Amino acid sequence: METLIFLIFAALAVASSLVVVIHRSPVYATMSLVVTLFSVAVLFVLLGAPFLGALQILIYAGAIVVLFLFVIMLLNLQKEGESAGRRRGQIWVAIPGALIFIGMVGLVFWRAGAPELQPLTPELVSLKGLATALFSDYLLPFEIVGLLLLVAVIGATVAARRAPDAAEGTGLPPREDFVAEDTARKEARS
Amino acid sequence: MTSELVATLLKYAVMFGVFINVAPIMNWVERRACAYIQDRPGPNRVGPLGLFQPLADAAKFLFKEDVTPAAADKLLYLMAPVLALLPAFTTFVIIPFGPDLTIDGRTIPLVVAPVDTGVLLFLALSSLAVYSLVLAGYASNNKFSLIGGIRASAQLISYELALTLSVLAVLLPVNSFRLADIVAYQQAHVWNFIPQILGFFVFLVASFAETNRLPFDLPEAESELIAGFHTEYSAMRFAAFFQAEYTNMAALAALGVTLFFGGWSLPGVHISGVLGAIVGLATLVGKICVCMGVFVWIRWTFPRFRYDQLMRLGWKVLLPLSILNLILVAVMTLAGWL
Amino acid sequence: MSSVPVSWYLMLAALLFAIGTVGALTRRNGISIFLSIELMLNAANLTLVAFSRQLNDHTGQLVVFFVMAVAAAEAAVGLALFIAVFRARRTIDVNRLNLMRG
Repeated sequence: METLIFLIFAALAVASSLVVVIHRSPVYATMSLVVTLFSVAVLFVLLGAPFLGALQILIYAGAIVVLFLFVIMLLNLQKEGESAGRRRGQIWVAIPGALIFIGMVGLVFWRAGAPELQPLTPELVSLKGLATALFSDYLLPFEIVGLLLLVAVIGATVAARRAPDAAEGTGLPPREDFVAEDTARKEARS
Repeated sequence: MTSELVATLLKYAVMFGVFINVAPIMNWVERRACAYIQDRPGPNRVGPLGLFQPLADAAKFLFKEDVTPAAADKLLYLMAPVLALLPAFTTFVIIPFGPDLTIDGRTIPLVVAPVDTGVLLFLALSSLAVYSLVLAGYASNNKFSLIGGIRASAQLISYELALTLSVLAVLLPVNSFRLADIVAYQQAHVWNFIPQILGFFVFLVASFAETNRLPFDLPEAESELIAGFHTEYSAMRFAAFFQAEYTNMAALAALGVTLFFGGWSLPGVHISGVLGAIVGLATLVGKICVCMGVFVWIRWTFPRFRYDQLMRLGWKVLLPLSILNLILVAVMTLAGWL
Repeated sequence: MSSVPVSWYLMLAALLFAIGTVGALTRRNGISIFLSIELMLNAANLTLVAFSRQLNDHTGQLVVFFVMAVAAAEAAVGLALFIAVFRARRTIDVNRLNLMRG
């Protein structure tokens, strides 16, 4: 049963990741990434980390990919055009390189045999153990990651806003001027 | 193994049976309540008190012509209503609907998915509701739909934060993500909305925003942007969005009553066995009905928020309030009051 | 005892990582490169969780927790940068963003 679930979701993960990498339209690639993230979340649960599986869906599929979609629609990205001649060389290097990498890793695992997964212990799966470890041994990284997220929020806000002295405004006059302009226009007409 | 599978399927069938009826019943309730608040009769032609109105609406949806915009992105356009139904019909699997049943010496918890990560799973699955909105807006190939879709998804992700933090505050005294433990805690102490009234208020407002209900229904209101992200959807596809919205409301209401109002338990009532399960389910459904009534009441009482007011409320008011609530509950838990 | 060897999980992670690398190297669209990077991060997460299970230690899961947080931060800042670059140059085709070349 577990093997069946693993095979289904592993195949789904590989297929959707291929779509992510190959498909021309950014929106389709992003939705395929959601499918990949879901499959990886299921694999996390199979590996005895249900908390991480739920977090994967909550953070990755529920927030990060939504951010990607927003930016794609904000920038109105179209489907990618035909690749220029220069890119051909990179494809010819990248794909064989990836295949060689897979081959090497496969060789390592083939030589090492197929060690069975250790049985799941309740301490590994329990949230309490994870939380205790997080807040005792790994308290410093936890705090640093919090600081990192704060810095990222500030950085993202600053990087994405319009420059304060931009020549182009929003195209509309400030709110108060509407009334003045309207009155001026009415008086000019009458 | 198989008996567990059968038990899970039965439990899912029970919960599904409860939640699939939400949309037609709410259709009738909404229109009659709206009429009552607006001092007019409401639907009263189709059957006594207009009770067969949802049937008439369903027939209308089935027979309406299904129009697909010519330049719409076909796959995404077709996927969006399905994606809307996905979080609606998966989030309620962690809501407990009764005390543990003991049959043949085996204890069956009355939750479809008694996992350790209960509430987190609910929040994770409900955060997927954004996709249907943004894809519906994008795939319709319509400027107004796109703006409606983007606004809706921005609204959803903004209020998700306040929702998550208010839920987190409830978890602090209980030390568990499981909703069964939260109900047990409320049975032992007082219903959570009394000590955590601020958290309840934040949860209420955030759940209005999460389900796109007035006063936060700018993305889909009939007088704004035509109909927002579901402008181009007709017949059964629109019915899918409609169903998804009401089922989402019911699921979030179920979570709210389980977190803040004791869920399936009534104070002082401790019946076990199958009778206890039925009483528990009836109590839960009753509380969900009251909560849905509040949803409808507020919808027809308040005016709509403008988009910038909405975002300001979400980020500058609700988020600090929910963090304040979290700190207060943490202090109260440490002091031993909770 | 589980019937899925741990090496299968690791092979899958390696495969996902390789696919992500190919994507990061061959795509022209900046967002697509970003998606491939997220794929690589996920492959690394899968490896970490597989080893955490094999060694019965929480460390792997905690590192994944941190990796997710860092990935979120990186995605936010990276996409904000893309927006800024798009405003200036009206394109995010990485072939054309070559002001610092030469």
